[in-house]
Amino acid sequence: MKQIKNIFAGTWGIVAVGVVIGCLAPLLQLWGNPGNMGVCVACFERDIAGGLGLHRAAVVQYIRPEIIGFVLGSLLAALLFREFRPRVGSATIVRFFLGVFAMIGALVFLGCPWRAALRLAGGDGNAIPGLLGLVAGIWIGTFFLRNGYNLGRTQRTHGAAGLMMPLFMAALLVLLLLFPQIPGQDKNELLFYSVKGPGSQHAPLFVSLAVGLLIGFVAQRSRFCTMGAIRDLLLFRQTHLLSGFLALIVTAFVFNFLVGQFKPGFEGQPVAHTMHLWNFAGMALSGLAYCLAGGCPGRQLFLAGEGDGDAAVFVLGMIIGAAFGHNFGLASSPAGLGPYGIPAVVVGLVFCLFVGFTMREKTV
Amino acid sequence: MAKTVDARGLSCPQPVIMTLDAIKKGGGEEILVLVDNDTAKENVARALRSRGWQVVSIEEKEGTYEIAGRRG
Repeated sequence: MKQIKNIFAGTWGIVAVGVVIGCLAPLLQLWGNPGNMGVCVACFERDIAGGLGLHRAAVVQYIRPEIIGFVLGSLLAALLFREFRPRVGSATIVRFFLGVFAMIGALVFLGCPWRAALRLAGGDGNAIPGLLGLVAGIWIGTFFLRNGYNLGRTQRTHGAAGLMMPLFMAALLVLLLLFPQIPGQDKNELLFYSVKGPGSQHAPLFVSLAVGLLIGFVAQRSRFCTMGAIRDLLLFRQTHLLSGFLALIVTAFVFNFLVGQFKPGFEGQPVAHTMHLWNFAGMALSGLAYCLAGGCPGRQLFLAGEGDGDAAVFVLGMIIGAAFGHNFGLASSPAGLGPYGIPAVVVGLVFCLFVGFTMREKTV
Repeated sequence: MAKTVDARGLSCPQPVIMTLDAIKKGGGEEILVLVDNDTAKENVARALRSRGWQVVSIEEKEGTYEIAGRRG
């Protein structure tokens, strides 16, 4: 065995990564990020869609440096440890639409699994039906996995092809640096910025970027995945990834408690609504989509960083899904559901079931 | 001759599902699993160990990992 030993592959490694994220996410809130949203991959990709003007929801527009850092940090780790493996071609278009509907589900709930964990750790009881929905969606996904669901094999590809998502993220960073927000204005020559609402709340650019790079680096090494945590428990009775996810929740809870960010309750929680059924159903849709696509939104970013072009397309699907979500009134707000949120969840669930039933080993 | 599972090009959980299926169905004492990414390599090794198998060796050949396992 000549491989370099991966210290993050063991149980203590993944727990350490959960602890790191559990500390850094609430810290980002102290440094300026929105409430219970130290890190939220879905929300931040939605903000990026807004920053680029793909949707015009004025309160959620900002090119979030954390997301850029996740991809570039993962790329750095993959290059350093010789794990950069450019690959594409596993039912890519299907992954795009799984990304679209994963985002729509996330915007009905108002968060990805990371944020669901952070909301719980901040005392937001509405996260409980969300997390139960996540488990339910993944449970449906494991039924398909047990019955031969498979999107097919990837092919090796050119190194440059594996760099597409990291390059896109680097380009976003360049744009962010070249076109900073003009104080008090919602748009400069190119980019959109929120002047109020969650999109206007953010830690300093280089702090966000540094935290993103660090999380991207250690998450690539440890294969941290919130969907995988629940899937592996249901499918194999394995608790490896789960120990990392639980470490995140416990650490964030302790941290929030110590700094006075823990505020238990259901009403008036930051960027949250109290419609329990739709918190559940939105996350169930997301959970199923993540399971069918093989990773939570964070994991998809880390995979994209190590050269996985299919994961990169899932990320693009999520960004476009956010644009649909806000342009078509599918996304929720603290006031409640968007006008077309319910039919969007139904359509998304039907789509995911269609994918799950039709894409089996035998049909490839 | 060890039973061979070719999980190249697949990402988790498929390589683990295929490996566990193979050790459940086959009566053999040895197994060889081919994967081509590091996550699958770690997960397959972890899954074998969790089912009481030994991971005898992991060799890399041109981007493919060959994981040799033996019933413990």
